[in-house]
Amino acid sequence: MTAPNEVAIEARELTRRFGSFTAVDHITFDVRVGEVFGFLGANGAGKTTAIRILTGLLSPTSGTARVAGHDVYTESEWIKRRIGYMSQKFSLYEDLTIAENIRLYGGIYDLSKDAVRDRMSRMLSRLGLEQSAGTQVRALPLGWRQKLAFSVALLHEPSIVFLDEPTSGVDPITRRQFWELIYEAAARGTTVFVTTHYMDEAEYCDRISIMVAGRIGALGTPAELKQQFGVETIDELFVRLARPTAGAA
Amino acid sequence: MSAFAGLLRKEWLHIRRDRRTLLVVIFMPIIQVILFGYAIRTDVSGIRLAVVDPSPDASTLELRNRFAGTDAFRVVRVLPNAGALDPLFASGAIQEAILFDGDFGNKLARGLPARVLVVVDASEPNSGSAMESYAIGVIQSYQRDIATKGGAVTIVPEARMRFNPTRASSNLFVPGLIAFVLTIISALMTAISLTREKETGTMEILLVSPLRPLEIIVGKVLAYLVIGFVSVLLVVAEARLVFAVPLQGSLFLLLAEGLLFILTSLSLGILISSRTSSQRVAMIGALAGTMLPTILLSGFIFPIESMPWPLRLISNAVPAKWFVLIARGIMLKGVGLEYLWPQTLILLAMTVVLVGAATRSFRIRLA
Repeated sequence: MTAPNEVAIEARELTRRFGSFTAVDHITFDVRVGEVFGFLGANGAGKTTAIRILTGLLSPTSGTARVAGHDVYTESEWIKRRIGYMSQKFSLYEDLTIAENIRLYGGIYDLSKDAVRDRMSRMLSRLGLEQSAGTQVRALPLGWRQKLAFSVALLHEPSIVFLDEPTSGVDPITRRQFWELIYEAAARGTTVFVTTHYMDEAEYCDRISIMVAGRIGALGTPAELKQQFGVETIDELFVRLARPTAGAA
Repeated sequence: MSAFAGLLRKEWLHIRRDRRTLLVVIFMPIIQVILFGYAIRTDVSGIRLAVVDPSPDASTLELRNRFAGTDAFRVVRVLPNAGALDPLFASGAIQEAILFDGDFGNKLARGLPARVLVVVDASEPNSGSAMESYAIGVIQSYQRDIATKGGAVTIVPEARMRFNPTRASSNLFVPGLIAFVLTIISALMTAISLTREKETGTMEILLVSPLRPLEIIVGKVLAYLVIGFVSVLLVVAEARLVFAVPLQGSLFLLLAEGLLFILTSLSLGILISSRTSSQRVAMIGALAGTMLPTILLSGFIFPIESMPWPLRLISNAVPAKWFVLIARGIMLKGVGLEYLWPQTLILLAMTVVLVGAATRSFRIRLA
C-alpha cells in the first residue's frame, strides 16, 4: 500500500492540437494513488484524447504529464509497464478462449507461467467463470466480456488502470457488479481512471472532473461539486456545464 | 410507393458517401479494359535477335538485312560461332538466334538445301511460338523472292525451343503462380488481419502494452511469412510432381528469393493496412493494389514485351514482375545469381524501401 496522498497521475497545462482544432486545452489535474477518478465529459469533449496521451498512444502538443512517476514524453516505455488499459472498443480476442486471452496478456507483460496460472484461477473463480476457461470469448454475453476484459487489464497488477467507457451498453445489474470489481481493485491500491456517460456511476467515484470543450469545467468530490454549483445531482451539474457548447449533442 | 422511393434514395446515398468504393467500381472496369486490351497481345515486337554467321557472304547479309529491316526484330549481336549464345540466352540479352550453316551461301548458290537454325527462348510459350513463326516467315519470304528471280533455292529452316522445349504452359504459369500465391497470403492476409485488430480495438491494447511497435508488426507478420514459405514449397513440389515442371536451378536460391518476395508483399500489406480502417477497404485495397498488378503486369500471363511502353514502364514498379523473372530464370533456365543479380538487387531495393515505409507508417499512427 502506498501513502494516500501520493500522486499517480499529474497533468500540467496538458494540450493536444489536431491542426487548428484543440482537442485538449491546457488541462491540469492530479489523480491520487488508490483513488477512483471519474473522467466525465460530453462526446467530443476531449476525454479519449486525454486518455490516449496519458497511456502513451498519443504525444501531447505542449504541457507536461507524469503517469506513475514517469514522464509521458520520455518514459512512455516505463509507463506502459505500469498501466492497464481497457479501450472503448472491445479489448479481448473474440476467437481465442478465455484462457488463451489470459495467457496472451500474461506473456505480453512478461509474467511467469506460474504467476499466470495462479492469477488466472483466482480471476476465474472471482468471476464465476471456472468452468468456462476453454470457451471462446465471442460466446460470452457482453456484460461478462466487459468484466473479463477489466480483470485481464489488471492481470499484471498495474498501479494505474485506465477504463474508457467500460460499461457502455451493459445492463444495470452487470454495471453494478462491474463497479464492485473497480472498488476491489481500488482497495488493493490500484488507481482507477475511468470515463463514463452514466451519471450514477459518477457518484461512485472518489473524485470527478468534467471536461467541457477540451478544458476541465469542474473538479472535486461529487459532494463538493454538488455543493459548489448548488445542484442536487451530478447529472444536473453535467447538463449545466455541457449545455452551452454541447449544441449538436 | 414513396416508402420504396425512400429506400432507393437511401441506397444511392450509401454509395455516394462511400467514395473510395465508388471510385473502384467506376475506374476498375475502365482500367481493366485498357489493361486487358493492351496486355493480351500475342504479337511481339523488338525481339532481341542474335545472328550467328560463320561465313558471311551476299546471301547471309541479305537475309540479315531483312531481319534488321522488320519492326519485329532488333539484331543485337552478330557472332562468328554459336559458342557465346548460351550465356546471352541465360541472361535474357537475346530472345532468339538465327544460326547459318557454314556453307549456307555456297549451298544456296549451287541449288542445294541450305540450312538455317532458329533458336527461340520459349520460357514464355506464347511469345516463343510467335517469335519462331516470325523468323520463319522472314526466311520464307526471302526464299520466295529469290525463287521469282529464277533461282531454284531451298532454305531449310529448323526451329529449336530453348528452356521449354515442349512449350508446356504449366512451365510458364508455375513461376507466376508462386508470385500470385505469395501476394495473396502475404499482402492480402496481412492487410486484413492488421485492419481487423484496428477494427476490433485489440490493436490499442497491444499499443498500450510494453510491446514495441516493431515487435507488434513482426509478431503479426511472422505467421504469414511462415505460411507463405510453406505454400512456396507446396507449389514447387506440386508443379514438380503433377506437371513435371523442371527445376533446373538451385532450390535454395529459389526459396531465398521467395522469402525476399514474401517480405516485399508483407510490407505492402502493412502499408495498405496503415491507410485503411476497415477490413472491407483493406481487402479492396489489397486486391487493386497488389493482386491485379500481379496478374496483369508481372508477365505472369501476358508477356510484358508485347505491352505498349506506358504499361511496360509501369510494370517495372510491380515487384512481382522481378520475382517472376527470377523464378523463371531459376526454374526454367537453371541460371543463378550470376545472371539474376540485377533483378534480385531491384527486388531487394524495393523490399528495403517498402519495409522502411511500412515501419514508418506504423510509427506515425502512434504519434
